[in-house]
Amino acid sequence: MPLAKKRSRKASGKAGVAARHDPPAVVARAAGSGLRVRPAEADDLDQVIAIDTEITGIEKVDYWYELFHRYGMRAHQNRLFLVAEDAGILQGYIIGEVRDWEFGSPPCGWVFGINVRPETREGGIGTLLLDAICTGFKRSGVTKVRTMLARDNGLIMSFFRSQGMMAAPYIALERDLD
Amino acid sequence: MKLQKNTTIALCSILEAAIDPSRQIAAAHIAEKYGVSPHHLAKVLRHLGRMGLVEAARGVGGGYRFKGNAKRLTLYDIIELFEDISARPAESGDKEHTTDVGRAIANVLSEVDETAKATFRSISIDTMLKLIDREGKAAERDAAMLPS
Repeated sequence: MPLAKKRSRKASGKAGVAARHDPPAVVARAAGSGLRVRPAEADDLDQVIAIDTEITGIEKVDYWYELFHRYGMRAHQNRLFLVAEDAGILQGYIIGEVRDWEFGSPPCGWVFGINVRPETREGGIGTLLLDAICTGFKRSGVTKVRTMLARDNGLIMSFFRSQGMMAAPYIALERDLD
Repeated sequence: MKLQKNTTIALCSILEAAIDPSRQIAAAHIAEKYGVSPHHLAKVLRHLGRMGLVEAARGVGGGYRFKGNAKRLTLYDIIELFEDISARPAESGDKEHTTDVGRAIANVLSEVDETAKATFRSISIDTMLKLIDREGKAAERDAAMLPS
């Protein structure tokens, strides 16, 4: 992506976000450390993008600003974009929402993005984030959480498995559009 | 999918030992619990020992202990020690694979294999221990609800 476009997008992204004067509400805290989970703020986006870029190798500035407008700022009680932060440094994030009757499924929570900085993994941050978003889903009245991921993404799949998630009664299908 | 007998015995042995890695577990106990011959089990345990996943303890009350990393070791790691569940490429000797029908069937079988492999790769021994615990609690709940 051209840098100029990236900058203008970032600038418009930030300009379009009303400045928050109250501190973001803490959703969860890790015992024995300063780590806390709270809703994402506009100022978090640079760090979120950096974490995603480090892990996926693809910088997606437009995507993240777009996502923040839809899921950040507590835009909707059924949409959650949470970050795990310790002394101003973001260690990870999670995004999801409650979707009604998607794919014929009764309302349930969907997690469609989670990442933790590689150097701070295996410290319970992913668990804290997932627990926090599940608490949010439960507050919205649903009793099930789902996600979808690449079959060869062993790391994330192992994480979700370790959290008690099992194969859902749905199968993702695709075909080439030729 | 059905795993070979040796693979199933290996999985059961590893999981039984991993429930409490500090405890020595008697091979005879596993043989009786899972209805396998002690000779058969000994062969599997020797192989697991050579791979560094269990440690044999000799002497009175001797048995074996889990030695692996429960968070890192996956079901697939154990399975592949005993059998190859990789998607099978079309074998040149099989005439059906030279046909459109045969290749279409092979594609479907390959899809099934890939899903199975991804599942086995994503489940660690630690995750299995949580599942076992959950199953135990569910069985206790069911038993408690039965009329006495």
